[in-house]
Amino acid sequence: MRNKLVMTFLVAVALLSISTSLFAHHGNAAYDSKTMTVKGTVTAWVWTNPHSFLKFDAKDDKGNVVHWLGEWNAPSTLVNFGITAKSFKPGEEVTVTMRGMAKSGEPIGRVEKVVLPDGEELSMGNER
Amino acid sequence: MLNRFVAAAIVIAGIVYAPVTRAQTTPPRQSGKNIHRDGWDRIVPEPPAQTGAPAPVRDLTGIWEPIPGYRDGVFATGPKGYPSDGKPEHELPFTPLGLKTWHEHKPGFGTTAVPIAENNDPFDICDPIGFPRVELFNLRAIQFYQNKNQMAIIYQNDQVWRNIWMDGRELPKVDDVPEPRWYGYSVGKWVDGYTFVVETVGLDERTWIDNVGRPHSDQLKVTETWHRVNHDVMELTMTIDDPKMYTKPWNALDKFKLGLQPEWFDIREQVCAVSEELDYTKTVAKPVDAAANKK
Repeated sequence: MRNKLVMTFLVAVALLSISTSLFAHHGNAAYDSKTMTVKGTVTAWVWTNPHSFLKFDAKDDKGNVVHWLGEWNAPSTLVNFGITAKSFKPGEEVTVTMRGMAKSGEPIGRVEKVVLPDGEELSMGNER
Repeated sequence: MLNRFVAAAIVIAGIVYAPVTRAQTTPPRQSGKNIHRDGWDRIVPEPPAQTGAPAPVRDLTGIWEPIPGYRDGVFATGPKGYPSDGKPEHELPFTPLGLKTWHEHKPGFGTTAVPIAENNDPFDICDPIGFPRVELFNLRAIQFYQNKNQMAIIYQNDQVWRNIWMDGRELPKVDDVPEPRWYGYSVGKWVDGYTFVVETVGLDERTWIDNVGRPHSDQLKVTETWHRVNHDVMELTMTIDDPKMYTKPWNALDKFKLGLQPEWFDIREQVCAVSEELDYTKTVAKPVDAAANKK
C-alpha cells in the first residue's frame, strides 16, 4: 500500500456515451466514451479560450509519475457553474473524474468533476 | 429629533436599495448548478424579468441574450434551423459546388466532423469568425447601439462589432463591393415600428457560415429580420441566399428568441487569442488525437 500522498489511479472504466457537447469548435471526435477517476496534484490550471485545462501529476501502479491533463469547457461557460480562474492552485491534491478519454492513449480526458482537498466538488452537473 | 430623522433615512435607504443589492450579490457556489453570471460575476436573472411592457417604437437599444437559456445560441452542430445531424429535413439545398465545397471543409462537429489533425476550421487559428457565423455559432450576449444613421451590434463572441447603415444609402450589388470584408457591408431599414431588416453582402469567402463548415461564395446575401415582440423579447430570423452554393434561400434561424438583459449586465470577454489557441492546440488538441500522434 503506497503512501496516501502518493497519487494513484482510483477507478477505471465505464461505458458511457458522450452527450452532445458544447465544446467550442474543435469537436470531440478524438475522445472515446470511457470514464476514469484519477487522484493527483495540480501543477497548473490554464484558464484560456477556446478551452480551459487542468494539469495534474499522478503516479501509476508502477510508481511512475504521469502528467495528466483534463480538458474542460471555455471560461465563459464554466463561470456559471462556480468554476473560476482561481478554482485550483498548484500543489493542491484533487480527485478528477474524466468522461471521454483520449483515443490516442495519452493521459488526457474531458473533465466531468473535480473534488478539492476539503471535499468540495466542482462540476457542470449533467451539462457539458 | 435629528438622530431619529437620520435613522429613518437609513432604514428607508436600506429598503429602497435592498432589491438591487440582492440581485447583484454573488451567492455561494453550488456544484453542478448552472447559475448564470455576467462578466463581473454578478447573478443574472434567467430567464430575464418580464415587464410585460410594450416595445418602444423603432428601438433595439439594449443588451440581449438567447432565451430561455443563455447557451441556447451555441449551435455547435449548426444553426437551429439546419443542424448537421443527418436528418433529411435538415439537408441543405446544396448546388454541386456547394456540396463539394462543404466536403472540403473539415469541421469539428456535425456529420462531417473530423479529428483535430484534419480540421481546417479557420476559426481554429483565430481567423475572424466573420458574419454570419458570429450569429450562427456561439451567439451569446449582444448589445445594440443606435442613432439616426447607424445601428451598431457588439458581440460577446470574439468581441467584435458590426455597423449597419440606415442613412438611406443603397446596399452595394454583390459584384460591386469595394473589397470583401469579414463582416461585410450592411444596410438596414425599419419596415414597421418593431421590425428592423438588415441586408449584408460583400462577405469574405474564407469564413464559414456556421460551425459545421457550411460554405458561402462572394454571391452571399444575408437577410436578418430583428423583430421586437415586446419590451422584453426580440426574435431573429436569418435567411441565407447564395445561388452559387445553394439552389434556393434557406432560413438558418427562424424567430430565434433573445431576451433583454438588465442595464447593469456586463458582457463577458470572450476572445480568440492566437497565443492561447496555439498553446491549446499543442498541449491538448494534438496529443489527444490518435491520428495527429502518428504524424
